[in-house]
Amino acid sequence: MAKKVLTTPIQAEDLEDIHVGDVIYLTGRLTTCRDVAHRRVIEEKRPLPVDVKDGAILHAGPIIRPLGEDKYEMVTVGPTTSMRMEKFEEEFIKETGVRLIIGKGGMGDGTMRGCRDYKAIHCVFPAGCAVVAATCVEEIIDAQWKDLGMPETLWTSKVKEFGPLIVSIDTHGNNIFEENKVIFNKRKEEVYEEICREVRFIK
Amino acid sequence: MTKDDAVLRMTDIVAKFVAFTGKRLPDDVREKIAELAGQEEEPLAKAIYQTMLKNQELAQELNRPSCQDTGAIQFFLKCGANFPYMSELSGILRESVIRATKEAPLRHNAVETFDEYNTGKNVALGIPSLFWDVVPERDDCEIYTYMAGGGCSLPGHAKVLMPGEGYEGVTRFVLDVMTSYGLNACPPLLVGVGIGTSVEVAALHSKKALMRPIGSHNPNPRAAKMEQLLETGINKIGLGPQGLRGKNSVLGVNIENSARHPSVIGVAVNVGCWSHRRGHIVFDKDLNYTIDSHSEVDF
Repeated sequence: MAKKVLTTPIQAEDLEDIHVGDVIYLTGRLTTCRDVAHRRVIEEKRPLPVDVKDGAILHAGPIIRPLGEDKYEMVTVGPTTSMRMEKFEEEFIKETGVRLIIGKGGMGDGTMRGCRDYKAIHCVFPAGCAVVAATCVEEIIDAQWKDLGMPETLWTSKVKEFGPLIVSIDTHGNNIFEENKVIFNKRKEEVYEEICREVRFIK
Repeated sequence: MTKDDAVLRMTDIVAKFVAFTGKRLPDDVREKIAELAGQEEEPLAKAIYQTMLKNQELAQELNRPSCQDTGAIQFFLKCGANFPYMSELSGILRESVIRATKEAPLRHNAVETFDEYNTGKNVALGIPSLFWDVVPERDDCEIYTYMAGGGCSLPGHAKVLMPGEGYEGVTRFVLDVMTSYGLNACPPLLVGVGIGTSVEVAALHSKKALMRPIGSHNPNPRAAKMEQLLETGINKIGLGPQGLRGKNSVLGVNIENSARHPSVIGVAVNVGCWSHRRGHIVFDKDLNYTIDSHSEVDF
């Protein structure tokens, strides 16, 4: 099967045929954006200093090596827990027009609604694989909100076939983590009953 | 060796070791991941394990930290009461983190609370964290180093149960953390469970449990049995790598415990992500050192 590569700027139509569980890659511009940046946009009503309309964000805080004269090297960059941004993400998608959100683990109903209503997707990059991700970065082209420190600065990079990206929320209202949770919780109840029979140590 | 020379030597070794642990996983973790990867059959789970493996190879090849979150550094100490550099140890460990941060490089992960700014040095109030056990009649110093990342710290929970809830309640507590927060961390996880009286006792046990090697067992046969039951049980839930389903869920379950007040059961859960960056180094009184967490140490 041919490698599915999305290129920024991403149009809503580009996402129509993408479904949860698909594996895709990204070429173009990618901006790291996480906790405080989301809070500033949604709660502090500050405009995001990077235009991510039809673009892509990565929930991540990289390790950067400064090269002098406002140049930086991407040493490692892997995704952080996306669920921390759940509180803000639906409104963030609406405000910014972002099309692709990359992170780790699942997100909830708000993000699912945001993705469905404004045509965006959430993908998982295998977490802890930060060197693989860094080797997909060609160069860092911009740094904004540097007052937030290395992990939380908005680092914009040019990336080539950044991935693998596993689609966890698509534009059709599907959320793979929520589907999995139903299965996990059912199995958990069976496991709980089994273990409880063996651990009646207080008698 | 003068005291100043000794301080410099120990700082240098710990700094290099901390930087090294960010680039290569301990032997037990590497072996277990290879074992779990070999059991997967689904293409997605296999692909994720392949990416993990490739990442660890690239980290070696390019000499970079394997995960971008190199954590808030924590040290768990078993320091002999007669270790000659006990008074200098906190200063040595703090300086070693500053050095490792520059040299590795590590991410700046120390944000002062209330004032809410990143110090940019990876040290701040209480970071690195030091947890002391002073051991009578010994003159050496054992140090467990740990990179407490955000992902693996986030699932941490502690609670005091009523005795009527029993170990069944402990089971419920652990399983609930796994299917809520656990799957969004970085499975397969190493699960540390602490049991005692109050929350801080249980929490410290749960973290120290993560310093124990994978495959080791609690010396109490019932506790060891519960480790096994939980490991088998959580694996049956099948979180898989990254929580995207698979044959297994965990690298292991380690329980550490102490006695409890008759009215309560304190329980805590801490997890280590698959990229469990734990190191163990022992200094003798002359600062000769041995490392048993990693073979092929090359710094």
